[in-house]
Amino acid sequence: MKESAYSPQQSRRKFISSLGCLTIGFSLTGTRWAEATPSPSALALPGSLTIEDRIDAWLEVLADGRVRVFTGKMELGQGIRTAIAQVAAEELELDLTQVEVHLAETGRTPNEGYTAGSGSMEHSAMAVRHAAAAARQQLLGLAAQHWNTRPEQLNLSAGQVRKTGTNQVLSFAQLLNGKQLEGEVKPSVKLKPKSEYRYVGKAIPRTDIERMTRGESVYVQDIRLPGMVHARVVRPPAYRARLEAFDEKNFKVPGLLKTVINGSFVAVVTEQEYQAVQAQQRAREHARWSQPQPLLPSGQDLEAYIITLPTRSQNVKSQGTVSPLDQPDARTLRASYYKPYQMHGSIGPSCAVALYEGNTLHVWTHTQGVYPLRDALAKMLNMDPDKVHLKGVPGSGCYGHNGADDVAADAALVAVAYPGKPVRMQWMREDEHAWEPYGSAMRMEAEARMDNTGRISHWRYALWSDSHSSRPGGNPGNLLAARYLEKPFNPPGSGYAGGAFRNSEPYYAIPNYQIDVHTFEGPLRVSALRSLGAYGNVFAIESFMDELSVKAQKDPLDFRIMHSTDERAIAVMQKLKEMVRPVKTGPNEGIGVAFSRYKNTATYCAVAAKVAVDKATGQVKLQQLWGVIDAGEVINLDGVINQTEGGMVQSASWTLKEEVLFDQQHVSSRDWTSYPIFRYSDVPIVEVAVIPRPHEEPLGAGEAAQGPTAAAVVNAIYRASGKRIRHLPVRAEEVAG
Amino acid sequence: MEKDITLQVNGKQHSLRVDPSTPLLYVLRNELELNGPKYGCGHEVCGACMVLLDGVAVPSCRVPVESMEGRKITTLEGLIRPDGTLHPVQRAFVQEQAAQCGYCLNGMVIAAVALLDSNKNPDDAAIRAGMERNLCRCGTQTRIMKAIQRAAKES
Repeated sequence: MKESAYSPQQSRRKFISSLGCLTIGFSLTGTRWAEATPSPSALALPGSLTIEDRIDAWLEVLADGRVRVFTGKMELGQGIRTAIAQVAAEELELDLTQVEVHLAETGRTPNEGYTAGSGSMEHSAMAVRHAAAAARQQLLGLAAQHWNTRPEQLNLSAGQVRKTGTNQVLSFAQLLNGKQLEGEVKPSVKLKPKSEYRYVGKAIPRTDIERMTRGESVYVQDIRLPGMVHARVVRPPAYRARLEAFDEKNFKVPGLLKTVINGSFVAVVTEQEYQAVQAQQRAREHARWSQPQPLLPSGQDLEAYIITLPTRSQNVKSQGTVSPLDQPDARTLRASYYKPYQMHGSIGPSCAVALYEGNTLHVWTHTQGVYPLRDALAKMLNMDPDKVHLKGVPGSGCYGHNGADDVAADAALVAVAYPGKPVRMQWMREDEHAWEPYGSAMRMEAEARMDNTGRISHWRYALWSDSHSSRPGGNPGNLLAARYLEKPFNPPGSGYAGGAFRNSEPYYAIPNYQIDVHTFEGPLRVSALRSLGAYGNVFAIESFMDELSVKAQKDPLDFRIMHSTDERAIAVMQKLKEMVRPVKTGPNEGIGVAFSRYKNTATYCAVAAKVAVDKATGQVKLQQLWGVIDAGEVINLDGVINQTEGGMVQSASWTLKEEVLFDQQHVSSRDWTSYPIFRYSDVPIVEVAVIPRPHEEPLGAGEAAQGPTAAAVVNAIYRASGKRIRHLPVRAEEVAG
Repeated sequence: MEKDITLQVNGKQHSLRVDPSTPLLYVLRNELELNGPKYGCGHEVCGACMVLLDGVAVPSCRVPVESMEGRKITTLEGLIRPDGTLHPVQRAFVQEQAAQCGYCLNGMVIAAVALLDSNKNPDDAAIRAGMERNLCRCGTQTRIMKAIQRAAKES
């Protein structure tokens, strides 16, 4: 199956050098970075410098004078590569083309954990900023020494140091003379004054977008290695099903190189990709699985079901007393809300390439955390972590913990069983839809009491949720395949409960309140989906605030502002008010608003939605979304806008359309027909305003819009139709009439 | 089961020996080493794998390669001009920064090129209708619509 005019038989070395932008080459000799114990003084340093404070862990000067920046974070489509380059180029007075950003790779970049929680600007970009400033100081010092002059007599531009008033220049590489930058970043390092910024805060275009339009090798799915073979995994028919028998003798398909069977983990390896697709289908006919008990609780009202499950309960926060709520009267209000299981729904199913050679395992992966995944893989395979090398390569957008880690585990298991050849493990659409870990279903109950002036005096809120994180975190029990091995690793139980009560406290001044969380273990596999519990909590809180504003007969934004004490919160709401003020609504149209501060400590976001409702059919047409965002210091203006626009559209899709369904066996939402998401005809006009705060901390912008958008949409439906939607997704039958 | 097949892709003839039932997508990606068309769903419902088939945007994830003989196939790579410059639609996507992860971008560009070939000046409704088969999960559709409007003006 070879094209006659083409010979792919090139050496690996040539292959690696010819890859261009997709730098998948790796050094097999030595490790340039080892996990270090932070020194005590490092604790005063910003961002990820607390885990690694050596300058050369973050930057190196290349022989041609350019600078390579190392980040432990991954490009997920959020544009981190560009943002990190901006920050480094700014401090070092480089052109942007002179900065290369090396994404997460074990042994090569700092261990920055996961690219999650909208923390990359705060942690990685701030570390790079300070490391670059320290590098600048050091380079100027070297030049001053060279010319026997003072650093003030020197200036930096385009990767060179010039002696002021002369033609004498030295490149960074010449200054270092074959050495690298040395020493640690000190907390006192002098940063470039923000008033002199050329790149930071501007809408610098991402360079990777042109590479995408040219069809260059960008994604892990695009990796082609000499001798590469193709693999598919054969999942059981249900979470708890176990393999009873596999008829290997009669399992014959063209191109089959190996059938990997380890306990109930089954995978096929073939020469050609389509052979692997066919082998996966045929293998299902040759496998006999146990019938698992208990069956999944299908056909039940999940909102009612999840609160019957055993829970671990804890108080999130309380103040004063909420006992007056026990005697409901005309001034109290009570409502409950529900969000279903929702999926990440990446357009490209997860993929990984793995090669086991010379006792070392290499994995090219779109994981959000190369180091935690490395540790989990090493434990699963009983290998020394130093012999497991992971290189981060972008995949399709993930929006949280999707199948990225699991497919890497699948690829690793197959590579070890089929050594010496690169194995490309690609999940099919059904694998991703039916096996990814979903965002948990949640139920939220809210009660409040207002005084005579319409001010909230008492607030009680309880939420029911499964975990919002079961990332590997070094634990193989969180890798799907590891649970099915002959010697299985068990899931460690409830994961990060904090994710469930993210944004469960209202960001309003309320004298008496009580917030409780009840964590259950639900029927479906769950983990981190963009914004975690904040989506459900803000949907509930901001819907409830809308209900309260109606009861208090106040404008919904004024009602929120009157309960706000934070000037930045008020500013985003005021700005939203200005944007929406001139908008006219016709019959059966309405505008809804919502606000939240992500995690109650990070980015501020206010959203308005305009909908038109067809009262006869209950169809909702989302016409427009407006967002106002204050993400502190903006690194890339267009990055903040793009993330907010996209977040609003995605959240609107979750809210209006999405729900993971299952039958007694397993998940039945297995494709885009059984799990529909927004198409072009559903997408509203979007408009985003950014309030720049150059002197505040930079905050991540990727998750701030998820919660407020949901509430703004249902609040708009209420204003258009008088129908209060408390159960997601929005159903036409609840809107009609 | 393998068979000799001749494919015309991006203006070049390619003689291949392949299983004739192989979906076109796998041949383009693995035999011709083209990165443009992407595997997304395998059901012809997401558009990530789109190519131009005699100028019409179609998914390539199911159609058997043997039925493609004698047809003119253009992929994302084939839109680039001989001098290396971008097609106006590709250029407009860059100018509007109409991507986040970019995985759907191949199909979006291909569908937009086909749309503008049949309608030089599409209005909002025509753009939405022309792009309806293509899914984006990052929520960049509004940027893509702006890019299509820009390409319509500039080409």
